[in-house]
Amino acid sequence: MRYSGLKVITEGLFGNKGWKPAWRDPAPKAEYDAIIIGGGGHGLSTAYYLAKNHGLTNIAVLEKGYLGSGNIGRNTTIVRANYFLQGNSEFYSHSMKLWEGLEIDLNYNVMHSQRGLINLFHSDGQRDAFVRRGNSMINQGDDAILLDREGVREMLPYLDFEQTRFPIYGGLYHPRGGTARHDAVAWGYARAADKRGVDLIQNCEVTGVDIENGRVTGVQTTRGAIKARKVGIVVAGRSSQVAAMAGMRLPIESHILQAFVTEGLKPVIDHVVSFGMGHFYISQSDKGGLVFGGDLDFYASYASRGNLPMVEHVMEAGMTLMPMIGRAKVLRSWGGIMDMSPDGSPIIDKTHVDGLFIDCGWNYGGFKAVPASGWCMAHLMATGESHPVAARFKLNRFATGHILDEEGTGSQHNLH
Amino acid sequence: MRLAGKGLIDRSTPVTFTFDGRSYQGYRGDTLASALLANDVRLVGRSFKYHRPRGILTAGSEEPNAMVEILEGNQQTPNVRATVQEVFDGLQARSQNRFPSLKFDLLGINNLAAPFLSAGFYYKTFMWPRPFWEKLYEPLIRRAAGLGSLSGRHDEAQYEKAWAFCDLLVIGSGPAGLMAAWTAAQAGADVILAEEDARMGGRLVSDNLRVDGQPGADWVEALLDDLKAMPNVRLMPRTTVTGAYDDGTYGALERVGLHRAPAPHLPRECFWRIVAGQTVLAAGALERPIAFPDNDRPGIMLASALRSYLHRYGVVPGNRITLIANNDAARATARDLMAAGVKVVAILDTRPDATALEDCPVYLNAQITGTAGHLGLTAITFRHAGGTATLETDCLAMSGGWNPTVHLTCHMNGRPLWREDIAAFIPAEGAVPRLTPAGACNGTFSTAGAFRDGLAAAHTALAALGRPAPDMALPMAEDAPYTITPFWQTPGVEGRQWLDFANDVTTKDVKLSAQENFRSVEHMKRYTTQGMAPDQGKNSNVAALAVLADATGRGIPQTGTTTFRPPFVPTSIAAMGAGGRGAGFAPQRFLTSDQASRDRGAPMIEAGLWYRPSYFPKPGEKTWLEACNREVTMVRESVGVSDVSTLGKIDIQGRDAARFLDLVYTNTFSTLPVGRVRYGLMLREDGHVLDDGTTARLAEHRYLMTTTTAAAGLVMRHLDFVHQAFCADWDVRFLSVTEAWAQFAIAGPRARDLLATLLGAAPDLPFMGVTDVSLGSTPARLFRISFSGEEGYELAVPTRYGEALFRDLVARAETMGGGPYGMEALNVLRIEKGFITHAEIHGRTTAFDIGMEKMVSAKKDCIGKAAAARPGMIGPDREQLVGLRASSAMTAGAHLFTPGDKVHRETDQGYITSVCWSPTLSAHLALAFVKDGRARHGTRIRVVDHLRKIDVLAEITDPVFHDKEGAKLRA
Amino acid sequence: MRLTCPLCGERDRREFYYYGSEDYLNRPAPDAAPQAWDDYLHNRDNPAGVTRDLWYHDMGCSSWLVVTRNTVTHDILAVEAVADRKGGAA
Repeated sequence: MRYSGLKVITEGLFGNKGWKPAWRDPAPKAEYDAIIIGGGGHGLSTAYYLAKNHGLTNIAVLEKGYLGSGNIGRNTTIVRANYFLQGNSEFYSHSMKLWEGLEIDLNYNVMHSQRGLINLFHSDGQRDAFVRRGNSMINQGDDAILLDREGVREMLPYLDFEQTRFPIYGGLYHPRGGTARHDAVAWGYARAADKRGVDLIQNCEVTGVDIENGRVTGVQTTRGAIKARKVGIVVAGRSSQVAAMAGMRLPIESHILQAFVTEGLKPVIDHVVSFGMGHFYISQSDKGGLVFGGDLDFYASYASRGNLPMVEHVMEAGMTLMPMIGRAKVLRSWGGIMDMSPDGSPIIDKTHVDGLFIDCGWNYGGFKAVPASGWCMAHLMATGESHPVAARFKLNRFATGHILDEEGTGSQHNLH
Repeated sequence: MRLAGKGLIDRSTPVTFTFDGRSYQGYRGDTLASALLANDVRLVGRSFKYHRPRGILTAGSEEPNAMVEILEGNQQTPNVRATVQEVFDGLQARSQNRFPSLKFDLLGINNLAAPFLSAGFYYKTFMWPRPFWEKLYEPLIRRAAGLGSLSGRHDEAQYEKAWAFCDLLVIGSGPAGLMAAWTAAQAGADVILAEEDARMGGRLVSDNLRVDGQPGADWVEALLDDLKAMPNVRLMPRTTVTGAYDDGTYGALERVGLHRAPAPHLPRECFWRIVAGQTVLAAGALERPIAFPDNDRPGIMLASALRSYLHRYGVVPGNRITLIANNDAARATARDLMAAGVKVVAILDTRPDATALEDCPVYLNAQITGTAGHLGLTAITFRHAGGTATLETDCLAMSGGWNPTVHLTCHMNGRPLWREDIAAFIPAEGAVPRLTPAGACNGTFSTAGAFRDGLAAAHTALAALGRPAPDMALPMAEDAPYTITPFWQTPGVEGRQWLDFANDVTTKDVKLSAQENFRSVEHMKRYTTQGMAPDQGKNSNVAALAVLADATGRGIPQTGTTTFRPPFVPTSIAAMGAGGRGAGFAPQRFLTSDQASRDRGAPMIEAGLWYRPSYFPKPGEKTWLEACNREVTMVRESVGVSDVSTLGKIDIQGRDAARFLDLVYTNTFSTLPVGRVRYGLMLREDGHVLDDGTTARLAEHRYLMTTTTAAAGLVMRHLDFVHQAFCADWDVRFLSVTEAWAQFAIAGPRARDLLATLLGAAPDLPFMGVTDVSLGSTPARLFRISFSGEEGYELAVPTRYGEALFRDLVARAETMGGGPYGMEALNVLRIEKGFITHAEIHGRTTAFDIGMEKMVSAKKDCIGKAAAARPGMIGPDREQLVGLRASSAMTAGAHLFTPGDKVHRETDQGYITSVCWSPTLSAHLALAFVKDGRARHGTRIRVVDHLRKIDVLAEITDPVFHDKEGAKLRA
Repeated sequence: MRLTCPLCGERDRREFYYYGSEDYLNRPAPDAAPQAWDDYLHNRDNPAGVTRDLWYHDMGCSSWLVVTRNTVTHDILAVEAVADRKGGAA
């Protein structure tokens, strides 16, 4: 079934009785050509691009809960391509290009809104670092504009330019940055993958990875054994547990990142704004809620919930930067489980087991990566070779010292 | 309409307030909702999506409809529940989400377009043509969506945060909470009783209940008088516990000043962090609406809310009242109303088998099939055991049963349990450690049952606290059984039956989500937005689950629930972020010379948490650069004084101090003679540079380490780790003395002359020497070190002498043609000399990158040595520190390209970290990292900064531009 | 979240700095194989359950602590000082 404005009208006229299921609920088959473990954004996009780009359609996505039950539905929905380092720059640039055609490609409105992202800086040193980053973006073919203090004031007049603790020196404006509706991304990929014949199997938890003579042969699940010669682990948030089933110990520590949304408000913040001195970023959803977040709670956790110290810190950052949001009321807070890697960059690579691949370590930047991550993981699984834009996301780069540390904070998992 | 003689309001204190510009009267003790109802105002708001006219559904913080803006001066607070806002003289409220007026709202047209605005319609359209999304569709959607408005002006009001600690936190002051608090208080426990409402008592002050033969409200007053007199009891009315966090920590929001006119120094709200040994959750229960066509009209409210308005506020919200219920609530409500002389049109009982004997008509097996009234209810149509009927009525009260307020027990991922007999979820046991639910929130709905539960919960808490339980008598109260026959929606009728009033989600939307295979309860929630509105599903979750269960052929327990997350009620950013406004966000650190610098007109700039002078302007200087150039030349030719106290200082002592430094530094400190200073490089264990600085050996077993300003705390933590983790048995101890010493750089060819005037004789100190000196009777330390490349000293005195010394040094310097210099000049001086800062050691650089690999001693182990040897950490592919010299300006952050190459990511050769105009060399200089840079000295490189339109050629040089041999340093 | 520092008693989480797994205590010999250093610096069991990790009483006594706790429930099971543990010497 094809979605369109006309379809919405004709269905509306006939009581919306004709809408078909967005995806099937197939029973798992005994064998597939490839299995993706994990029905989140990255897993679903991997399945979609395996089918679309590589013609593999006898594939299954195994999801232990419901589709999109992980971090794809628990983030602050920011989409950007503003990286400094080679290895990251080309990857996120590729992702941005995919975002820009996603609605048409998926026939699903993921509400990708290129409203512009402004990274504020608060010292000469921070400005220099953002300029360095902005030049990388332009060298890569993406967009960046340097704003001085007055330029920021023109775009974001509601910021506190007088009393805030760390004065606003300016900002790096990334016009193509923005947001998207997170759940819709999962659903759009799911529906499009299903349409191409991918079996999306929910409530199917993988309990073991079958390996014979160094080669993967399938998986054990709560719904029985399923064979496959290719298996992709795409379970950020649970990567260490699933990888352990294949005897791997990953360079990952799991951490909580909280996020917040306020009650609906009439439009008041038109961009994505990021504070340079307090880890605070904010945008306003199309429903009117202010969506914002901060830094990790900083202790390893799988609890999907956080504690007050970071809650208060985030609110304090909001109050020093833009005290006009003081009377907005936080409606809900939640926590996602982040795969924190030792350098803040992800892993898309083969493993020591033939036919077993892994896509993990997204730290807290996974949402914007969904299209390119799936694209590159599909490429890797189909061809056995890394996609050129993901070629540096190697599993062994920590052992060899080929580090991709944007922040320069070092090999401590929670500092990225 | 207000009834004479009823209610707990203060009739002696009338107050005047406005709503949408019109003036009304209420009494102290009224909420905005009760006062509006007393004035026969039924229409209060417009709904989120369809802009349907809405009234007042509830009498509590769960209100989904009656949300207003409260105005004060040029500030406004959106989305305030009229059911919570207390009225006071001068209160101004305004309806929201309507244009041009509440009665006539243009976007009411959405209601007619409803067939096309079904659940998730927006995912299926607005895709083409693509640019229209940001340009047309999204702006329209954004303007239509949202509820109230922020003013856009800084919130300048006062907010506070506070801590509280107690043995027992009791959440809720209904019969269960009062009983628990009273019992624990008698046992001597330190008790906090937090109540969301302004008035304690819960249903005891809202229902027609009697306790020990007295009216409930009187019994509550007497008990509160006792509790107030006890020093171990803190009563916190107007305080909503918002979240349950780890280890007995709770967040709570106190509405300190929202019930009265703003006054100076009166905080609006206070956000409490309450740490409790034990907690009794006695948060009560929330009544459920019933779904039937057009069940959202103003005039339709919950039966319990109607009783609250009647008993507590003396208000009846209609003249002809009808009731519908699937339990006995309608009967009690009808009797209360009739007793107060109010006309009850009929009772519609959805149960087929209930009694029909009341003093008003009773219809059994009743199901409402439609309602009428554009801006307020006028009539209902229903079918019943005996046929169909239409009744004229202006107020319909409904009760679909009760949902225990389990929310806080879900904040730690506890999953509530379905209890079939009460058709509701109750808290799972142990869902929150050290918390015991009691009373209605635990599924115990009678008053006597709540007292029993409260007592038992107090016993549980006291046992855990190790306190004996006192002997307490249970008060006498009603103990009626609760019987309910679930009824969720009217089956087999057209029309929209609202579940989630606030987000305009109807039973059709839930069914459509099931039809489209969004069958998981989480999918349904996210697809329809049910439960995501300001009430977070308090009024709709269970009914929506029931409708979804029905649509998917599953039971409610199998369907599962979504998760309640903090906060329990929407909580302002200002309250949770109290203290963060303006400079409060982070500490400010000031140098002892701060005032002296400001006196000289120096602009102060942030350096981490510190403030340091940028430059010291002289009359006639128009730009910072003029002042900076003068200060640089002054240091190079005469003498300059600069406050360097921000550098971290760590005093390290013990017989193993030398050995310890050898472990944390790449180079060796055990060989450093006493009285000498050495530059040291410190790595992180991952092989990258952590910090650099000088360390002096003050005595055989005593060193003084200097860190950079930025890394002072980091290095201290690092040293503590290395010591405690790897060599706890070594005899070494250290302490940060950063704030104990004020330290000043005295640099320039006349530095020695200046010191001679101060110390009485020129210091005889070799380069990289340290010695104790005294300034009068004040002990001081003198280091001969330089960050400028000139002959330099640093003089340290106890902090309290800092300002005096700075003023003195500057005055002496000025007599010699010198003076103070600021951060800008300091930066130029160090770039000219090729000294690095954290602009260069930015966390990705190795000793190899900065040309200091030889400083990593081959003779010993050190932190970071092993990891620094990884193949990716060395070699020509890495970007190495170089100098750049050009005839026009370069910029930090510019990237570097081989001349002739296309400018692209793949041809990128590196980037600039620091730049300056060098008045000494009359050239533009930069420090930069360039691939294989040390092999490229003398070649040219193209500098490109797209952002600032810079594209120039520069020469790659050694990073030391000035006095390469160091002759001036050692002079 | 509250930790009981062996020296200072029960304190709020905000007084402490978190580092990472107790693996950081087991520093390989300087000449250990690269794999040992990779495991030490990067690779983690990262259990969903009981773990032991390192915290620093930053706003208190400057003690480094080994905390035994559950990463799923956030229960704190034990807190001990790094310097007091057996075999702590290099």
